[in-house]
This record gives sequence, C-alpha cells and structure tokens, in this order.
Amino acid sequence: MTNIGLYFSIGIIVIGLLAILRYSLKGKDIDRRIIFLFMFITVASSLLFKMEFPEKPTLIVKKVFNKIENLPEGSRILISFDFDPAMKPEVMPMANAFVRHCMVKKHKLYIMTLWATGQALMLESIEEVLKPEFPDAVYGEDYTSLGFKAGGVGVLNVIITDFRKMYATDEHGTPLDEIPLFAEVTSAKDMDLILPIGGGAPGPKEWILFVGDPGKVPIAPGLAAVVAPLIYPYYPKQAIGLLGGVKGAAEYESELLRNYDQFKDMDTPALSMMGPQTMAHIVIIAFIIIGNITYFRKRRMNDNA
Amino acid sequence: MRKAPIIITAVVAALFVLSWLLKSNGAVVDENSMSAISQGFWITLSAFLTLAVMSFLYQDNPFYKFAEHLYVGVSAAYWMCMGFWTTLVGNLVPRLSEGLSNWFEVPYVGFKPHFIIPLVFGFLLLMRLSPKGGWISRWSLAFIVGTTAGLNLPRFLSSDFISQISATFMPLLVNWQGIGSFFSDFSLSASGQFIGILSNLVVFLGVFCGIIYFFFSKEHKGAFGVASRFGIWILMITFGASFGYTVMGRISLLVGRLTFIMGDWLGLIS
Amino acid sequence: MKRLIPVLITSIVGTVLVFSVFFPMAETWGEDFSLFFDIIAVFAFFLGGGNLVRVHLIKVLNKKGDWKFSIVTLIAFAITLTAGLFKFGSVDIAASVTAEGTWMQTIFNNIIAPLSSTMYALLAFFVASASYRAFRAKNREATILLIAAFIILLGRTPLGMFMTGWIPEWFSIAQIPNLAVWIMNGPNLAGQRAILIGVGLGVVAMSLRLILGMDRTYLGSDHD
Repeated sequence: MTNIGLYFSIGIIVIGLLAILRYSLKGKDIDRRIIFLFMFITVASSLLFKMEFPEKPTLIVKKVFNKIENLPEGSRILISFDFDPAMKPEVMPMANAFVRHCMVKKHKLYIMTLWATGQALMLESIEEVLKPEFPDAVYGEDYTSLGFKAGGVGVLNVIITDFRKMYATDEHGTPLDEIPLFAEVTSAKDMDLILPIGGGAPGPKEWILFVGDPGKVPIAPGLAAVVAPLIYPYYPKQAIGLLGGVKGAAEYESELLRNYDQFKDMDTPALSMMGPQTMAHIVIIAFIIIGNITYFRKRRMNDNA
Repeated sequence: MRKAPIIITAVVAALFVLSWLLKSNGAVVDENSMSAISQGFWITLSAFLTLAVMSFLYQDNPFYKFAEHLYVGVSAAYWMCMGFWTTLVGNLVPRLSEGLSNWFEVPYVGFKPHFIIPLVFGFLLLMRLSPKGGWISRWSLAFIVGTTAGLNLPRFLSSDFISQISATFMPLLVNWQGIGSFFSDFSLSASGQFIGILSNLVVFLGVFCGIIYFFFSKEHKGAFGVASRFGIWILMITFGASFGYTVMGRISLLVGRLTFIMGDWLGLIS
Repeated sequence: MKRLIPVLITSIVGTVLVFSVFFPMAETWGEDFSLFFDIIAVFAFFLGGGNLVRVHLIKVLNKKGDWKFSIVTLIAFAITLTAGLFKFGSVDIAASVTAEGTWMQTIFNNIIAPLSSTMYALLAFFVASASYRAFRAKNREATILLIAAFIILLGRTPLGMFMTGWIPEWFSIAQIPNLAVWIMNGPNLAGQRAILIGVGLGVVAMSLRLILGMDRTYLGSDHD
C-alpha cells in the first residue's frame, strides 16, 4: 500500500513537471503558487509514504564519531545547544545523537546554551532522550545543565578561564561548588571535547575562535546546513570533524545504529527525513533544468528574430 | 461590511474548536481531563499558527498578520525574561546585593562595587527610548563596540588569519609511492594519494587565486588575470556548494514542520 | 564632550581586552569587561522590548496602518513578560524560567516554536521558486556554480549513489557522493578560506580603527 501510494505520488509529480515544462516552452509564465504546491506535494507525499535509505558515514562525520568513541570513559564533554526552533529539525537529531553516544560511553556531559531559545530545546533533549533512555544517569554526577547566559562571545571569553565567574549556579539554582561534576573543573579548558550545535552567531564559529583555539580544546561542531560550508576551512586543524545539516545527522544516527544494538529501536528523525529530502532535491533540480531550457529556448528565438 | 472575511473567520474558528475537541480525546470523562483538554488546545493552536504562517504562500492575509504580530510580541518578551533571570539575577544581583540575592535564592558572592558600572551603562542604554536623552546612550553603545572590537581583534587575527594561512601551506605530495601507483588508483576514498594530492593542490591554489581575485589594486591582466580567473571559478564552486547546502537546510525545516502537521496534529504518520 | 567620552570608552575597553590576551594581570579585567558586556546585552533586550512597545503603542494610539494587529503584539508581549518575570507555573524561584510546567515553557513550545520554525520553513518554497526563475547558466561562471550545486544536491542524498554507485572503486572519483565530499573539502574549503582570510583582515582592521578612535561612525551624527 505504501509503495503504491509512493509510486502514485511520484507519478503525479513527474506528470506535473512535464506539464510545467510544456507550459514553459510555450512561453507562458508559471504562477509561483504552482511551484509552492509542487514542493508541498513532494515533501508531504514522501513523508506520508515513508521512504528511507541506508546511510554511509563520510570521513568528516566518522572522525567526530570516533573521537567520542575513543575517549576514555568519564571524559568531560560539553554540548552547547546554540540554536532555535527554526533550526531544530536539522540540528536537534545531532544533539540527541551526541547525547546518546556520550551517555552510552559513560562520558560526563556538560550542557549549556548561548541562545535564549536553546534553553527549552536543551531541556527537551534531557527530558525526552537522556532521562528515559538512561534512567541510571544521575544529575550532577553524570550530566549537568548550565542553561542560558546572555552575551555570546562575552560568555565564552569568561568560561575559557573561569566557569564559576560566569555561572554561579547551574540551571536549577544549585551552586557549581555543590555539583560533583564541577569538582575538578575550572574552565572550558578542562573539557576533553566540545560539541557546539547550531548555525548562527554566537555558535560553532565563536566556539572555535574563543574557546577551541585559545584553550586548545578539540571542537566538533554540529551545523545547520546553511553555515556548514563556512566552517569547512577550520577542518581538520581547528575542528576535528563536523556534521553538516540533516545529512550529517543521518550519517551519525546510522553509525550509532551500526555500532550499538541498544539503539536499534531509537527514534531516527534525520534518517527519516532523508526520503523527503531526496525527493525535494530532485524536484528542485528539475525546476532548475526546466527554467534553463525555457531560458535558452527563448534566447534562441530572440536571436533568430 | 464584507461578509467573506466574517465567514472565513467563523469557519476557521469552528475548525479550531473541532480540532481541539478531537485532540482532547474525549477528555470530559477522563480523570486527567484538564491536562488532556489543555494539551488538545495547545497542539491545535500550534497547528493553526503553523497554517496561518503558511497561508502567506497564497497571499498576505489577516491570519498571517495575526501570527506575525503574535510572534514579535512573544519573542521580545521571551528574550527579556531569559536575560533578566539568567544574567541580571544570575550575574549582577549576586555581586551587588545580599538581600536581593537571598530573595532570588542565588548565592551571594560579595559586594563588587565595580559591577555598578554595567548597571549604570545598562540604564544609560535605555535612555535611547527618551526623545531628548538619547545621546547619552552612546556611552553604553561605545562600551559594546569597544568590547566587540577588543574581543574580535586578537581572535580573528589568530584564528581567521594566521591559522588559516598556516593551514593552507600543506605538502603537495601526500603519501607519495611513485608515478605507477599514483595512476593505478583514482579512488576518492579520501585516504589515497590521489585525493590527498589533488585536494591539497586545489586548496593551496584556490586560496591563493581566490585572494588574488579580491585584490583590486592591480589590473587583472596577464598571469595575474589568469590567477584571478581561476580564483573566481573556485569561488563559483564555493557559492554553488553553499547554494546546495542552503537548499538542503531549508527543505529540512519544511520537512520538520510538515512532520508536525501530518504526525503530531493529524496523526497521519507515526 | 558628546563624542569624546564615547570614543575614550571604546578605546579603553578595547585596549584592556586586547591586553588581557597578552598579559595575565589584565586577564581578570578582561573577564570583568566581558561580564559587563553580557549584563549590558540584557539591557539591550530591554531596549528592544521597550522600543517594540513604543512603536506599536504609537500605532494603536494614532490608529495607523494595521493598528489592530499591534494590539495583538502588545497583549502577547504583556502576557509573556508577566508570565516570565513572575515565573508563573514554577514551584521554586531558583528554578529555571523555562522549567517543566512553567507558562514560559508552554508559550515557547506552542507559540514561539511553531511560529519561528514555520517562518523559516517558508524559505523552502521560495528557494524552489527562485531555482525555477533565477538560476540560469548564462555564462561560464554561472554554469560552474550550477554544476557544483547539482553535484552537492545529488551527492548529499542517496540519489547520487543510486545514479553512480555502479562505477568501480578504482575510479570512484566519478561517483557523485565522493565528488560532493571532495568539492566540500577541496574547492569549497579553498573558496571559503579565501573569503575568511579577507573577512578576518577586515575585522582586525575595523577593530583597530575603532580602538584607535579613527572610526566614529557608530556614534551617529551630532543631531541624534
């Protein structure tokens, strides 16, 4: 049934695209709303009739996975949720995958955010992934959340030398000195790995500039697709690897599934999104091709005239 | 008065109530009825706000305007509250007042008189709202600009200039095992010598020629022009890659929203 | 006086922060100035909120344009601000303002999150429309851009492997996913780095001009 629905949708999309091509070749203008409708049908149908593909991690993602995998048990890892709901669909799967991986490897997790909107999303990850999937994890001993502080790079410039100067308490109002995880932690330099997740400013770039480089702390960012190409120049010296967009998240999820049986029933939103993503890419490529065919045809007709 | 807008509003309101009832799962007889009813309300509201924003794709309309204005108001207040509780209460109060620290239940770290400075600058910034005292807010603005400049100068110089140039000087012969083995494997597995050599060469020449393209003090002619031309090709590939990634990102966001509409709200997908 | 004091403030603060990188004794000052900056940033949030209220209040009072919608903004602002400042729904004053069960969490999850994410999701439609209307291979440079975009679009989905997966490993250079990865690590990295170096130099030069008081444009005109 699913396949029939999928083929039916693909059929409609192909016929529609051909109709648009024919219409364009006649020199008529296509209303933008028809293009919008196409995008909607494409994404909605591939969501409705599930399309999933296997993923193979690329080297740049594998390096992040291997880093977390090979750190000794109890290593300190900081995850910064520097994003808002607008970026959530592509970066939240990364955040959840990182949380799962760190917890299963029994690393010590420090969670914070430089975005006010990141605080609720940070909480969501803790409540919906960390606590239910790792019920034995103890707050303060295995993980802790520092919450949000305003100021962006101002915050980073302080925590690179002193956490306590910036955070008198954790998110719940407990003084840092009473939290076992902070017993031997003075600054961000004491972290073994930092995983900033986001796609704006302050975000992964600021973490590299203001913490990673001066503190010599390894950084592995999870990035929204829009900014991922901008961060490539920092790889591999200033960022040990990176996850770019939903594809990067899907690769990481697939690597988790491949390596850990306990995650076989886990939610894999990024992998599920790759079906609609693929279909939408095809439609956009088709639009570019149709647009160009029309353009060259018109140009030739004008030249002949 | 035109009837159409009233009818449309009435239909939307009716659909809202219907969705609320359906999403409340017949909560009237359930012991957790209030929770289910409120959950039904909020999920319906989220869905209708999503649709209200999407309605802009057809054309600008009052539902979109409502959603837009709601978003602006709520967001501004949200950031203010977050800033107040996390930074003013979290960082300023414990350094200025023991009484207030106890009131807010944050650990008092002792009176630090110099922390009156940001408080004063903060209030000076708010003077921007006053029609006549706006000029004094420049002092706070000057502090913000000075901090940004002071923080950025060393970090950009070190990470975005020196480190980037240093990272560009890489060996152009990687894992060299002779001509024969080089031509025997055109693998792009990112570990072979071919990819290593090709990537390093492209990075070195690409950065060099890309910078030449941005150098406008000399006419782009002769060898300089060739380098500049190669530079623009590299930049075009860069922009193409950025376009591809941007498309990918935007579609992900749409998938995210439609997942909510079709899954959480309509229950069509699990 | 109106210009001299702000220029002095910028110079002193900037110089201290630059010095804090090189001299350990200035490190504490650097930290303190960063904290001051964070605190002033919160007042900037207040300024934004205050300005929003002012603009919409004026619109409502003068009944200008969409003034009825401005009432929505003002009410939404007032309710959220009250819920946040008084921590409605929170059991403990020390708990997070967005803790489980608070009004702020409800407002965030059910109003801010759907509105914010849908605003950005709309861009998917506009990208599709722009692809059809504006993305033309008019000359050599535009064609290179188009081809790179195609390779990335195909290579970052399973379709790329589906189309070129049959190519043997020894010539995997021609497989689209590999090509996409190489474009990102090779030409894209080079192009972005060239831009980054230029921007980095620009930021350094601009920061120096500000600290030395050579650039005062941020102060606006004397009539402001």
